[in-house]
Amino acid sequence: MSNLQNMIISSVRTAIGWVPGQWLPGGKPDPLITRRGAVGRQASRLDGPAKVTGTARFAAEVAIEGLCYASLVHSPVTRGRITGIDSSAAERAPGVVRVITHRSMPRVASPALMSMADMGAVGNSSLPILQDDEIHYNGQIVAAVVAETQEQADHAASLLRIDYAEANAATRFEDAKSAARTMPSLLFDTNHRKVGDAERELARSAHRVDETYRTPWQSHNAIELHAVTVAWDGDDRLTVHDATQMIAPSAAALARIFDLKRDNVRVLSPFVGGGFGGKGMWDHQIVAVAAARMVGRPLRLMLSRESVYRIIGGRSPTEQRVAIGADADGRFTSLIHTGYSVMPGYGASPEAFTLGTRALYQAKSFEFVQRHVELAVVANTFMRAPGEAVGTFAVESAVDELAHGMGVDPIELRLRNLPERHPITNVAFSQHALRQAYEDGARRFGWERRQREPGARRDGEWRIGMGCASGSFPYARMPGAAVGLTMRRDGTATVACSAQEMGMGTSTVQVQHAADRLGLPVEAIAFEMGDSGLPAAPMAGGSSQTVSIAGAIIAAAEKLTTELLRLAGNDSPLAGLRTGDVRLEREGIASATDPSRHESFRSILSRANRDEITVQAAGTPPLELFKYAMHSTSAMFCELRVSDVTGEVRVDRLLGSFDCGAILNPKMAASQFRGGMIMGLGLALTEETLFDERSGRIMNPTLADYHIPAHLDVPEIEVMWTGIPDPRSPLGARGIGEIGITGVGAAIANAVFNATGKRVRDLPITLDRLL
Amino acid sequence: MTPFSYLRARSLDDALAIDPSRGDRLLGGGTNLIDLMRKGVEQPSRLIDVSGLSEGIEPSDSGGIVIAAAARNSAVAAHPLVRTRYPMLSRAILAGASAQIRNMATVGGNLMQRTRCLYFADAAGSRCNKRDPGSGCDAIGGFTRYHAILGTSPSCIATHPSDMAVALSALDARIHLAGTGGGRTVPAADFHLLPGDHPDRETLLAPGEVIVAVELPPTPAALKSTYRKVRDRASYAFALVSVGAALMVEEGRIEDVRIALGGVAPKPWRAFGAETALRGRPATADAFAAAADAALEGAAPQPGNAFKIELARRTLISVLSGLAEDLR
Repeated sequence: MSNLQNMIISSVRTAIGWVPGQWLPGGKPDPLITRRGAVGRQASRLDGPAKVTGTARFAAEVAIEGLCYASLVHSPVTRGRITGIDSSAAERAPGVVRVITHRSMPRVASPALMSMADMGAVGNSSLPILQDDEIHYNGQIVAAVVAETQEQADHAASLLRIDYAEANAATRFEDAKSAARTMPSLLFDTNHRKVGDAERELARSAHRVDETYRTPWQSHNAIELHAVTVAWDGDDRLTVHDATQMIAPSAAALARIFDLKRDNVRVLSPFVGGGFGGKGMWDHQIVAVAAARMVGRPLRLMLSRESVYRIIGGRSPTEQRVAIGADADGRFTSLIHTGYSVMPGYGASPEAFTLGTRALYQAKSFEFVQRHVELAVVANTFMRAPGEAVGTFAVESAVDELAHGMGVDPIELRLRNLPERHPITNVAFSQHALRQAYEDGARRFGWERRQREPGARRDGEWRIGMGCASGSFPYARMPGAAVGLTMRRDGTATVACSAQEMGMGTSTVQVQHAADRLGLPVEAIAFEMGDSGLPAAPMAGGSSQTVSIAGAIIAAAEKLTTELLRLAGNDSPLAGLRTGDVRLEREGIASATDPSRHESFRSILSRANRDEITVQAAGTPPLELFKYAMHSTSAMFCELRVSDVTGEVRVDRLLGSFDCGAILNPKMAASQFRGGMIMGLGLALTEETLFDERSGRIMNPTLADYHIPAHLDVPEIEVMWTGIPDPRSPLGARGIGEIGITGVGAAIANAVFNATGKRVRDLPITLDRLL
Repeated sequence: MTPFSYLRARSLDDALAIDPSRGDRLLGGGTNLIDLMRKGVEQPSRLIDVSGLSEGIEPSDSGGIVIAAAARNSAVAAHPLVRTRYPMLSRAILAGASAQIRNMATVGGNLMQRTRCLYFADAAGSRCNKRDPGSGCDAIGGFTRYHAILGTSPSCIATHPSDMAVALSALDARIHLAGTGGGRTVPAADFHLLPGDHPDRETLLAPGEVIVAVELPPTPAALKSTYRKVRDRASYAFALVSVGAALMVEEGRIEDVRIALGGVAPKPWRAFGAETALRGRPATADAFAAAADAALEGAAPQPGNAFKIELARRTLISVLSGLAEDLR
């Protein structure tokens, strides 16, 4: 997050810009884009039966002999110091093994903060973990109690008496805005971007909108609670069953924190019950690992739902200004997107709500900048399309407002301003078909039935409206993804990678991929995952896991081919061919130009007297990211009704029309898109963490009081896609995990306006705002 | 959760052995009490499980219905007599909680459930006069979206969360209590108390008393009755405002009317004033508007829930108009 980082990224981008595209990864489109077999087919998830029958083991379910259980105690004060701890009652309580406070916790460092400069780092917060008497935020862990059962640990934790000397705390967003910091960079871009004089252009534009939009605190609510089961073997070997999105990086971080050899730390996480950005490294893993070492026993720490709210950060609130100026023809002359979000100095995750806007529209002038408000809170983190989920709410509401003011159809206004190239960097898009997504979506949705005048359609007490909005999410491929690939004489193959299955169907899609890449049937492929002992996958984030692993499989398949050709030798029909001359097909290797020159893997390995051959390879560096502007986009449509009596909003229909590159498995993709859109529905209408600004305390840390959509809130959801492959990415795919949520907030807010004539600029759109 | 002992009551006598002064609490479906025990708000030393006692739902001699205290909420809502004679009650129950919770929850437990005030539930971090008398109220000045606008006191602004109890209040239900000294019957509308200076006292139930049944008197007006609940999502949320209403019109004039509101007061809020304003009058929009004004007279909202006055007004007018429309 530094000027240095800006300089490095900008110089890489410049240097890459000089290199002809065909030298880069993705320069030559992946041949599998046109040669489809298993990829692109509807396939059920391979992990489905294990989950349905309950045999899939999650981190809190691992059985270990002699296991003990930990429970956490949280600070009820926001800033201050611990002045006294009376643990006598807790220590006497039945089953208690140990009470751990800052006085007894071993001295450990906090994990290095996640950053673009250190892609292997996992820390969400740099605050000390049970190291001293200082309280930094409400909910901070102040003690852990270890007992024979979970119930005994929970009870004993309630018996601890801790005294505090309270100090003043910054807890009010509005008050802290004046001291907000402007960082030099914002994730992978310069924070403050100016093109032309956007304020001047705005002032003299023929049409303009200039409004402030607000979104609230939101909390992570994965079904699976954060949990860790820890086992030490002696004092120098550690096994951690964790619910984590970052298996290999977590193992490396724990090795550093506990001063162990990297190879002596094993993190296992084959299944994760939902991550969404929240299952990274937080204080509880480090407390659990330390506690297990202190008590000399295997130990489990599963957070309560309340603990998740208190010590796992969520999405920061935002206050966003969006101003758009347009000429008489509706061409944007000015696009300004600025504002505030919370990020404490000890945090690592900016809520980068202006990033997506930088690639969304062409305009004559631009200004983007974000400011970070410092509050005494649990460090906020990445959550369900960080940045874009709330950024698209603001900018796409503003576009709708402008369209209404101009009397232009909002789709038409958007299409008039679609960018030809990236509006800021001026590099070419790798693939961009938002226009088609809009046209296809509008046709299927029946957009022509929309009444331009708000409030024109009624059904009894209900006013009916339609709205639309664009969604967007950048393509990312993580550097350093590696896989192991084993080919056996019996014609089976195994792909091994430390990645986790956290609900998106990673193993299923990579088995489909490996089958096509290796020329084998899907039944012949096994995918081993969820273990830091396997070749390291990067963290699962930024909707990047599929292409990151796919890139590594491409590299491994190439390496395997070279090895097999070497083994094949001169007695093979393949004699004399090099890796670039062949392709893997029909369970063997064939000449690319003469398919009759073919030898099966079986035959090659048998002749070489080998049972199997294993290679390991990492994907190429993701330089395509710098050479091209790579973004997924979507057109989101909503039809809803608003009660004239009560202001209640009922969404009747949602349709998402996506342009996300090639779709690798339509069944799983549709499910991910729908899931994202339901999250968008919650963002628009119901979700809000009630952060009491008087005290700095979260007041609704339960799923009864923090409202995610209930079944009855979720309407029929239709999804469709252009399916146009991205010629610059592995398999022609871009990530699809997060884009589903983007654009939904604005599509709903715009439909509410169309129904009622009321413009709601603060989320969630609760009924009192519509009375 | 604090350790406790557990007794399954086999008879009413077992239940009457309750001694609240020693930390005994009755357990129905546990859908609220167990949550509060997990949060440390309730710390009973003994639970006496009365969920296995009578679950009967029977016609009464007078032409009404008697519902035993351990009847499950879902059974009451689905009962043909309830659905045909008291649709308001059936709809109120179905508007509450989730199917799973309604399958567990008992009628007695529903009446005894406690407020969902966020500050009441936060034993570790918030002051609450209901939980800890005299300690103060952190809800005032805090998040008050689910708090009361009627019947509050400076010590407490919490709402009673039940939907079912709103209907019982409107339907003039009577609650049968048993104690070691004998039984008594109290009107549902009087069963819950306003907070005053003692928000920790929530019902008329005397120490050692047990709810045994709820009796619904025959109520012709209830044949045309309904319940509308307004909330922050389509299901599984507590009422911001709810209205239970029954209307009987003869020759254009209102013969009988029942109105109770939920989500707006520390108890199910029977709107007697609004009923008086309507009896004998023509069933017109103006009359309903005047009744709504009467129902909300004296409302004293917090900054976070002032919208409830307008919301309750509109919902009440709409519900009464809808009933009148159906009667035409």
